[in-house]
Amino acid sequence: MIDVDIEQQLGAFHLAAKFTAEAPIVGLFGRSGSGKTSVINAIAGITRPARGRIRINDVSLFDAEEGIDLPPEERRIGYVFQDSLLFPHMDVESNLLYGQKLRQARERFIDEARVVDLLGLRAFLRRKPKMLSGGEKQRVAIGRALLAQPRILLMDEPLAALDVSRKSEILDYVERLRDELAIPIVYVSHSVAEITRLADTVVVLSDGACLAAGDVDEVMGRLDLKPATGRYQAGSLIETRISAHDSHDQLTTLSFDGGELIVPHLDAPIGERVRARIRSRDVSIATERPAEISMLNILPGCVTATEVDGGPIVDVQIAIGGSMLNARITRRSFQQLGIRKEQHVYALIKAVSFDQRSVRYAGSAEER
Amino acid sequence: MLGLSPEEVGILELSLRVAVVSVVCSLPLAILVAYGLARFSFPGKTLVDAIVHLPLVLPPVVVGFALLVLFGKRGPIGSVLDEWFGIVFAFRWTGAALASALMGFPLMVRAIRLSLEAIDQRLEVAARTLGGSKIWVFVSITLPLALPGIITGTLLSFARGLGEFGATITFVSNIPGETQTLPLAIYTFTQVPGGDAQALRLSLIAVILSMVALVTSEWLTRRSEQMQGNDRR
Repeated sequence: MIDVDIEQQLGAFHLAAKFTAEAPIVGLFGRSGSGKTSVINAIAGITRPARGRIRINDVSLFDAEEGIDLPPEERRIGYVFQDSLLFPHMDVESNLLYGQKLRQARERFIDEARVVDLLGLRAFLRRKPKMLSGGEKQRVAIGRALLAQPRILLMDEPLAALDVSRKSEILDYVERLRDELAIPIVYVSHSVAEITRLADTVVVLSDGACLAAGDVDEVMGRLDLKPATGRYQAGSLIETRISAHDSHDQLTTLSFDGGELIVPHLDAPIGERVRARIRSRDVSIATERPAEISMLNILPGCVTATEVDGGPIVDVQIAIGGSMLNARITRRSFQQLGIRKEQHVYALIKAVSFDQRSVRYAGSAEER
Repeated sequence: MLGLSPEEVGILELSLRVAVVSVVCSLPLAILVAYGLARFSFPGKTLVDAIVHLPLVLPPVVVGFALLVLFGKRGPIGSVLDEWFGIVFAFRWTGAALASALMGFPLMVRAIRLSLEAIDQRLEVAARTLGGSKIWVFVSITLPLALPGIITGTLLSFARGLGEFGATITFVSNIPGETQTLPLAIYTFTQVPGGDAQALRLSLIAVILSMVALVTSEWLTRRSEQMQGNDRR
């Protein structure tokens, strides 16, 4: 349980963030300059807010009224920095053990061997940080933070300095931490892809204020947050479960509250929970059920909201059963079809618009 | 020993003792001052900075004279130290060490300050979040990372101390066996008829000593940089 309510003036920037979140992974989302790093710096005790309180799992780390302000070393917050910040004069193993040595035995819940195996660090324990690649450095930084036996792990854009292939490698490791260690993680990012893949709960920050906090599917799909979540990144998330595989055509059927989605074959068992991300621009709208069309996914729904801002593009939100789907069409089509609120329409999605990046396994039914 | 006369060995031994003691005693203070100048801003910082650098720009004789006035037996500091602690600087080898420490101090502070300023302070922040107290972080992160500067500063000050002449001769005079260090001995021999050969021998010793100090410094600096993964090769 993370409970943050702080106010802080940083030069010309005013931060006033208030949110509570409880989830294995809490995403802290916002564009650069929105105050994400300021928030986790305050949680870690690196900066001191002018007023407010910070509580993690009912432990008060900061409370201006009660005069509580634990120094960083007593907060037991694992902080993974954007550029790893490994100690250059120590080898990998000394880096890993730096924090562990400073914690008492009774505070320890994870040991070196476990961390080394989990993050695949065995091969370069004796190396100096200079000799590591960016991805390896970041893995060591994660391990170092974990061995300091933290109550919570803060990750500040841990992928920002990495190339694309390293990014997905680190994301895999973060998912392993979540699944195997049961340590709460606050994951800071400006990338919708990372947030939707990892986070269960998301907090959206903009200009130093907290715009929304809640379930990631619901928050990231909201049209009114588009200025903060971004036009080019717009999309919707649908919680689904694998219901069938078609081995002949190599397709997989996902069922969700409102219908079924057909996507290219997914290598996972039936019953597995899958979070499908559908980009708004991959969704077309028809007012009548089209016949003789290549699109495999034709979903009947009802328009719940439209957003026309005078530009050439219109966003339409469609309720399909209990799920929300966003479609992005041109203003011309919008007017020609005469789309209005509460109108019954068909949302069309090409099956090929799904790829490995747009689905995320949310763990099988038995685990949850 | 190495073809040196007992007299020459005595001079060499005294010079090394003066330089080593001056460096060892001034190093902690130099680290403290360098840290204060590198990390904090406080009223009068420019003044402190100027005072630290003063021995670098003043004629050494002036520094020696100031020491004589302040630390002499009747000086305001010297009399108190003598009375309360029994420490005497005037006309003792300890006074020579004090003069070398003062003359080498700006060099030491400069080198240490530069390396402190080059440290990414977020490394210290990271160490704090990992559970390190302020003092432990200073010992385990800041000092090791500043080591190249500390070595350079120490060796520069050591070399400066070995060569110290003006302040030493003004403050503690030129007493054989007590305050007559290598440069003072060389000077003395050049003032005596027929002393040229002796002066030359001692000058050669000074050259060798300085070379050894330089090479050691270079080697130590490279070692400590390798330790930090900055291999220069």
